[in-house]
Amino acid sequence: MSASLTLVILMGVMYAVGIYVMLERSLTRVLIGFLLVGNATNILIFIMSGGSGRPPLVTGTAADADIVDPIPQVLMLTAIVINFGITAFLLALIYRSWWLAQLGEEGDTLPDEHKGETEAETESSFDPLDLDDAAVHEVLRASDERPDDDAPARSTHDDTTREERS
Amino acid sequence: MAIMTVLFAVLSFAAPAIVRLLGRRAFFVLAAVPVVAFVHTLVATPVILQAGGSVDESFAWIPQLEIVLSFRMDALAWLLALVVTGVGALVLVYCASYFSDDEPSLGRFAALLLGFAGTMYGLVTSDDVIVMFMYWEITSVLSYLLIGHYTGRKESRGAALQALLVTTLGGLVMLVGVVILSVEAGTTRISELVAAPPEGVGPSIAIVLVLVGAMSKSAIVPFHFWLPAAMAAPTPVSAYLHAAAMVKAGIYLVARFAPGYAESPGWIPVVVGFGVFTMLVGAWRSLRQYDLKLVLAYGTVSQLGFLFVIVGFGTRDAALAGATMLLAHAVYKAGLFLTVGIIDHRTGTRDWRKLTGLARAMPVLTVSAVLSTASMAGIIPLIGFVGKEAVFTAFIEAGLEGDVWAWIALVGTAVGSVLTVAYSARFVWGAFANRSVKEPVEIHRDSGLIVAAPALLGLAGVVLGVAVPLLDPLLAAYADTLGEGDYYLALWHGLEPALFLSIAVIAIGLGLFVARRTVARLQARVPDTVDASRGYWTTVNAVDRTAARVTLFAQRGGLPQYLMTIVVVFVLAVGGALIATGTWPTDIRLFDYGLQPVIAACMIVATIMAARARQRMTAVLLAGVTGFGLVALFGLHGAPDLALTQALVELATIVTFILVLRRLPQTIAQHNKPVRKVRRAIVGILFGATMSVVGAVALSSRQAESLAGDLPRLSLEEGHGRNIVNVMLVDIRAWDTMNEIAVLVVVATGIASLLFVSGRSGTPQRIPGARRQRSNRRSVPADVRHRTGLTGSIEVPAAISAGHGGGEASDRTDEESQPVRSQPATDEPKVSRTTTPEERLASGERQSWLLAGRTIRDENRSVLLEILVRLLFHPAIVVSIFLLFTGHNTPGGGFAGGLLAGLALVARYLAGGRYELAEAVPIDAGKLLGTGILLAVGTAAASLFFGADALTSAYLETDVPVIGHLSIGTSTIFDIGVYLVVVGLTVDILRSLGGEIDRQQEDAELDLDPEAEDDFTTTEASR
Repeated sequence: MSASLTLVILMGVMYAVGIYVMLERSLTRVLIGFLLVGNATNILIFIMSGGSGRPPLVTGTAADADIVDPIPQVLMLTAIVINFGITAFLLALIYRSWWLAQLGEEGDTLPDEHKGETEAETESSFDPLDLDDAAVHEVLRASDERPDDDAPARSTHDDTTREERS
Repeated sequence: MAIMTVLFAVLSFAAPAIVRLLGRRAFFVLAAVPVVAFVHTLVATPVILQAGGSVDESFAWIPQLEIVLSFRMDALAWLLALVVTGVGALVLVYCASYFSDDEPSLGRFAALLLGFAGTMYGLVTSDDVIVMFMYWEITSVLSYLLIGHYTGRKESRGAALQALLVTTLGGLVMLVGVVILSVEAGTTRISELVAAPPEGVGPSIAIVLVLVGAMSKSAIVPFHFWLPAAMAAPTPVSAYLHAAAMVKAGIYLVARFAPGYAESPGWIPVVVGFGVFTMLVGAWRSLRQYDLKLVLAYGTVSQLGFLFVIVGFGTRDAALAGATMLLAHAVYKAGLFLTVGIIDHRTGTRDWRKLTGLARAMPVLTVSAVLSTASMAGIIPLIGFVGKEAVFTAFIEAGLEGDVWAWIALVGTAVGSVLTVAYSARFVWGAFANRSVKEPVEIHRDSGLIVAAPALLGLAGVVLGVAVPLLDPLLAAYADTLGEGDYYLALWHGLEPALFLSIAVIAIGLGLFVARRTVARLQARVPDTVDASRGYWTTVNAVDRTAARVTLFAQRGGLPQYLMTIVVVFVLAVGGALIATGTWPTDIRLFDYGLQPVIAACMIVATIMAARARQRMTAVLLAGVTGFGLVALFGLHGAPDLALTQALVELATIVTFILVLRRLPQTIAQHNKPVRKVRRAIVGILFGATMSVVGAVALSSRQAESLAGDLPRLSLEEGHGRNIVNVMLVDIRAWDTMNEIAVLVVVATGIASLLFVSGRSGTPQRIPGARRQRSNRRSVPADVRHRTGLTGSIEVPAAISAGHGGGEASDRTDEESQPVRSQPATDEPKVSRTTTPEERLASGERQSWLLAGRTIRDENRSVLLEILVRLLFHPAIVVSIFLLFTGHNTPGGGFAGGLLAGLALVARYLAGGRYELAEAVPIDAGKLLGTGILLAVGTAAASLFFGADALTSAYLETDVPVIGHLSIGTSTIFDIGVYLVVVGLTVDILRSLGGEIDRQQEDAELDLDPEAEDDFTTTEASR
């Protein structure tokens, strides 16, 4: 089977523009991108039904042989309705985040909260673990015998040896 | 055996409650469980004594993977089970004296310890390698929790994490080995894996991987460092996990697999090499510890290396020696750990530099500790001596037969034993000797019972040593699985080489102890060659740093970056696959019909403009243009159902957008830099291009014939409908549809829960008194008014309606006079007056047909629109029902019908506001959705009761006037469900994104007068 070049180009443009718009920080744009990509996907399934023809309504005559492939239509029909549901859901999300965050004139732009983070900052989240390990190491080290300064009163190496000689 | 594991599990879960009830005495109750298991194991002894005898149990668990909960008590399992349950019981009894009643999280501790005993029991008795692995991992997790018992201490947490990471790493490596082995052998049963080991390169590598797991668990170098660190745990944990139980799991595994795999290449070098090295390193470190518990800990590392060599060596005599040493070690090391616990408990320190005079203060403990230490050092007549002699003999004999590894093992273990004697002497001397100490510690009193466990264990060393002839056949039962041999366990074998070796070992060991100061200096000078803990630290640090880098790289950009990553990966993967396969479309049409390019051109223009639009509403409308373009394409293509649905959805989408966007700022904020713009454009274009090629290639590479040819017949005969699309939706592919309406229900619920922040009221907000007015039941009980504190604005309509009975005409004069009084200066007081909805409500007009007038401001109101909508509403609902029922034969169906009904409601809401909507649909949206999904699922399930598959349809055909020939079937009921779900979704959207946003906006505007608002919401809630 062959595809209609017109539809293929249309789909490609809608995908391209949809993704381009979706990559913005504004949630409304993301949603518009979502709509475009959703429509483009519908076209993709639509292309799979091949060429145009008679509607898939059974007449009981020989004309039934010319009907278009109904299977993509079935897939698309539910997709269209679910698309609508998801769109409404995303709108609710946008409204909720705008309202809760009190973004005001900023609108629904996603904050760029991780922008200034450095590697050291991210890594510092492991610091407590390092401290725990250090504590373990210290406990083990403290138990190692240091034969030349185990008498509590003597602090230096020289003192110890002198004491022992005498 | 299975019943025992269940008993362990049940009591573990009950342990916190028992501890709450009985305090630390609960440990006596809990100790009964391992005692029962101990006895249960002993009962099996006669079976074990028979050659190859075993008790087997099995229960099917995951038959698809041939994983069976199978348990097998053979000689080795018997030995381990006795050790695990016996020492477990003693340790639990010891806990009762070790802890005080006010010990924090004692209940958790008791549960974990008992659970651990049960897990170990399960580990040694399970015969399925996967089940065994499961227990293996549970012990890792439980040991993590037990070592980390003192959650507030850094070293405790650090040690727990070290143990967990090291043992689970080993566990994962082992899992790989286990899976390879069981796949190669075609069975997961350990007994079969050992009886008929698979051969080849795969299994040889696999068994080394299994050994790595055993090494990590049994603290063999280079994994040994976690064990000394784990001494941060309470002493009973150290005694049990790190002497008798968990660390023995690795030794057990080696002993278990040795009969089948000792000949495998790689086995002996790993076992002897790492084992001997571990024995030496552990003993060497042990010799320089101040902390008595660490003396034992490093000693345990050393002894585990020792055991690793012996049980893995693979000859029958070595196995016999290994089993003996395993038993001996469990008994003496547990006893010694418990001894240290008591010392720590009574003096408050474990540092021997501060201890003196303990022998006099604790004679019983001293004697039992000396016995245990003697067993550790291998002194006659203790079990340790028997074991060590057996080891030396086994290695000497194997060496005489020409085995080089046996000589290495012999020399290594002999040197290790010398060091063992030295640190044993150091331990006794350190703990109990009298020496001059500057500030001797105070020795506290203690209950006598605490000594019971170490004393029993110390005594057991003697008893087992003396009664070793009785023990011999039991341990030989395991050893005989490795082949022939004539060695037997006895205290006196005559003047054999092993005896002289033992004597020499003890003599040199004591010499080392006497020269301890010189040895210590030497040790301090020798650098730590094996600093595995530093290696661990470096590794963990590297992993942390990598994680930080990856996180930073992948997550700094937020949502746009995630999306871009997904898209780029998609383009690379799919595009790569396209190029790799190299199938390109052979022929392509320019267009299907003349109008197609025109419509497509319009849509492309609208799409690009939508991307460039600055105003939200413009962008939405332009996106809507593409949707309506689709309607045209569908209609001209031969897809009337799609065209109808798409048109209705597009309208609904635009309305929904408007509902939300009216509150957001008009223009879209621009924050993206131009650089990003280019990158985004490139990614978008690449994606679009990839999808275009995908679409063309997919269609042209189609090989199978479309199903469409058979569908008209199926549709008519099976589905009783002429509209194939609808028949497929409600009959042929009804499962799919059912799931999709379930998605709609979820979405609707999600929208409502996002908007109704303070709880969703069961029934929609109605106009107070509206329904009552209509049905002439006007009286509001006085107590209701009183209870809800109705004042001012709200009380009026109720009071009026209550007071005036049915007299509507008489109300009017009353009400109309009020506004005039309040705004005397206006020319047209009624129409131009600005009132809030509440005031409108307060005025209580009875426009029962056009309800909106009382709830929206006049300047927002269009009476013409209201009347038009009211006139069209009912016909629209009728048409929607018509679409629903005729959809089976002509375009329409549940989706289209439901959307049309939804749009009718949208119109009601737009014209009259949320109260109008509440009057149009007086029931909760949730009920609509629920009924819809129930109808659909009910239809699906009903056919099951008639013995048919789910969703099988049944039909009843009749002729109905106006609608025509109707074939009412269960699929129609299904479609009604779809209809209701779609209507419910629309109502939910209108209530949430419409009504609730209205309310929140009014809230914001009415902030000036919060009191009145509060009254209003209280009233709403009360209704």
